[in-house]
Amino acid sequence: MSIKYTKEHEWIRVDGKTAVVGISDYAQKQLGEIVFVELPAAGKNLDKGAEAAVIESVKAASEVYAPASGAVTEVNGALDGAPGKVNADAMGDGWLFKMTLRDAGEIDGLMDADQYAAYVKGLD
Amino acid sequence: MPPPAGRKAPPQFWETYVTDADARDLKTTPLDALHRERGAKMVPFAGYAMPVHYQGGIIKEHLHTRAQASLFDVSHMGQAHLLGDDAAAALETLVPGDIAGLGKGKSRYTVLTNDKGGIIDDLMVTNCGTHFFIVVNAACKKRDFAHIRKSIGKRAKLKVLRDRALIALQGPAAAAVLWRFVPAARHMMFMTAETFKLGDIACFVTRSGYTGEDGYEISLAAKDAENVVRLLLGEVEVMAAGLGARDSLRLEAGLCLYGSDIDAGTTPVEAGLEWVIGKRRREQGGFPGADIILGQLKGGAPRRRVGLRPDGKAPARAHTPIQDKDGNLIGEVTSGGYGPTVGGPIAMGYVKTAFAAPDTPVNLMVRDKALPGRVAKLPFVAQRYFNT
Repeated sequence: MSIKYTKEHEWIRVDGKTAVVGISDYAQKQLGEIVFVELPAAGKNLDKGAEAAVIESVKAASEVYAPASGAVTEVNGALDGAPGKVNADAMGDGWLFKMTLRDAGEIDGLMDADQYAAYVKGLD
Repeated sequence: MPPPAGRKAPPQFWETYVTDADARDLKTTPLDALHRERGAKMVPFAGYAMPVHYQGGIIKEHLHTRAQASLFDVSHMGQAHLLGDDAAAALETLVPGDIAGLGKGKSRYTVLTNDKGGIIDDLMVTNCGTHFFIVVNAACKKRDFAHIRKSIGKRAKLKVLRDRALIALQGPAAAAVLWRFVPAARHMMFMTAETFKLGDIACFVTRSGYTGEDGYEISLAAKDAENVVRLLLGEVEVMAAGLGARDSLRLEAGLCLYGSDIDAGTTPVEAGLEWVIGKRRREQGGFPGADIILGQLKGGAPRRRVGLRPDGKAPARAHTPIQDKDGNLIGEVTSGGYGPTVGGPIAMGYVKTAFAAPDTPVNLMVRDKALPGRVAKLPFVAQRYFNT
């Protein structure tokens, strides 16, 4: 089980043929206070890079893209009443949705934690 | 999320006026060092590096302003004096407000109009006896001042104040805080002005603001601004707040943001600002676009600015199309987001006049989906000005 990151600041934690998706702690800090999360419907088929969710902060609406291709199996319903969980725990309780993986190889091109940390450092 | 290369991020509200040239060569206010010391997130706004929020974040600053008092740096705004015996009459040729009838020590909100009745800018005018004190929007100030000079420069002298700061102390505790330094300020009425010494620093104070709360706007020499701000921030009730909270506070209070809710294509009547047109001016006209504006006063305007409440939790932001329940386009959102005091999404926009009554059901087309909502009475949060 490993966590990978996209350049668009999503994370994906792969566990066999399924994965959990969220946004990084860096992303939640950049967004500021999150007031609404629009999640995909369970069963929805996503292509890698497609718009999967929308996060509304006080400042702006931001799209979350699918880090890999597959079908949504479950969404984090707790965010409906408490979107601030994404701020409080972006890497844990603030996860967005779970999905199956159509092609596990798609994950290989993503960044690991060290690579992502270096990438984020370069952005500031 | 930070915009990834090649993808277009939706504009954020403070980016409305930012051009590449602005971003390359940002001006700073006299409080720039203090903002950075306090950990502000600085963003480009109207050519200035401005704090959008400090460490606590926008919601905390917003709620604190409604509960106690916050200090805002608005030094980017344009300040000027208009001098000369003919200044009031001259200014009246540019605005529909009653300026000649504005008493000494009184402030008035008004608008510069164009020949089509559109709004060039909104501004505050204060009668200082020997001159008028004018405050205009940062993004418009160059154009406004050029317009005023070109139009009435022979009748009145416009002196732009370049070495001044402007700060706003806003919130229900503002009066108690300022009282400790300037006892007389407590008894000022809303929309009045006085000059005080705060310590040994001369301050031009108006009881006014842009949050819907009681409060003051203080104009003072740039070199003194940091000292005064440190004094005020030293009071237990006062928190520093940025442009983010300023925007959500004014939206809840139903106040217009120039460039979003009003612009050269909207008239005061469409914007629901009929009250800025003085009684005498309604009879006499004599301001740009008077025929159109006075015609709309009598016959109605084709569209109206209204409040909007989405039924759900998703915000409807600026440029969201508004449809009726049959799917016909009836207008557009001009400001929208989350209202921290309301505790949910709020917006303002223009709809065809037939749909402007409160509680009219509408659909807000967010990301091509119809979010049900209703026309709502403005303001969303009652204004609490000091009038008694």
